[in-house]
Amino acid sequence: MRIDCKHVWQHISAYIDAEVDAELRSDIDRHLETCEICSAVLDSTRNIVVLMADDRVFELPAGFSQRLHARLDKELELSGP
Amino acid sequence: MAASNPELEADCIRRILAGEKHLFHELIRPCERGVYLMLLGLLRNEAEAEDAAQDTAIKVFQNLHNFRGDSQFRTWVLSIARNEGLGRLRKQATRREDSLEADTDEQTGDYTPAILTSWREIPSEALQRKELGAMLRAAIDELPPIYRNVVLLRDIEEMDVRETAAVLGIADGAVKVRLHRARALLQKHLAPQLRGFAPERKGLFGWGK
Repeated sequence: MRIDCKHVWQHISAYIDAEVDAELRSDIDRHLETCEICSAVLDSTRNIVVLMADDRVFELPAGFSQRLHARLDKELELSGP
Repeated sequence: MAASNPELEADCIRRILAGEKHLFHELIRPCERGVYLMLLGLLRNEAEAEDAAQDTAIKVFQNLHNFRGDSQFRTWVLSIARNEGLGRLRKQATRREDSLEADTDEQTGDYTPAILTSWREIPSEALQRKELGAMLRAAIDELPPIYRNVVLLRDIEEMDVRETAAVLGIADGAVKVRLHRARALLQKHLAPQLRGFAPERKGLFGWGK
């Protein structure tokens, strides 16, 4: 089946997560082969998803873990034997 | 994201409850990042999120005997974090409905993505740059709260749909819908900005070339 750009955009997230069924996937793939716009939208969305998963992009504040465990230590001590 | 091992966790919990309290540090460690991100998503303030993360860890410790093992340990911990965050929001401002779950899945109809063909590859050197992280964080911060939470858990903490749904107390389908809208909003917002990070490539500038 031929699908239009809007239809592709609706399924981009599911497509990236490999959650579209085989038929829809091949419809989308066929569309992407000839549509520069949709393949750019797909690539940039996927890039953003990949970037977000990168630990270097979302770092915990410096010293976060040390402070957390120091506070826990106090709490564990207080909690009795 | 550290993979959890339910058997090891269960054993660790038994030992902590039996008195080996120091083991709690190791039990909670793999959950720290998720707890912080969850709280940052709700509270949108680093210092407040850190403080709430500490309170969450203490509540987890104090309530450890209540963990039944019918969900993953991390899911349970994140639910406690979420309650902590929501409790703080309620205290902060009852009228800031925006921060509670006032948005519905019904809002925002169609969206038009940012159409750029020049930003196709992830420039690995860009990851080192601080601005990129700041840009992403700012864009996520601007998302409506119900989308922000889903993105933080699914795309940043890389939890699966099921666990995200369990933590947020919503259906799997709602996770997928919200994630889709969130990614669409981020694409629209970020693609034009991130274009500057792409290496120059001839013939791929603008749409229609």
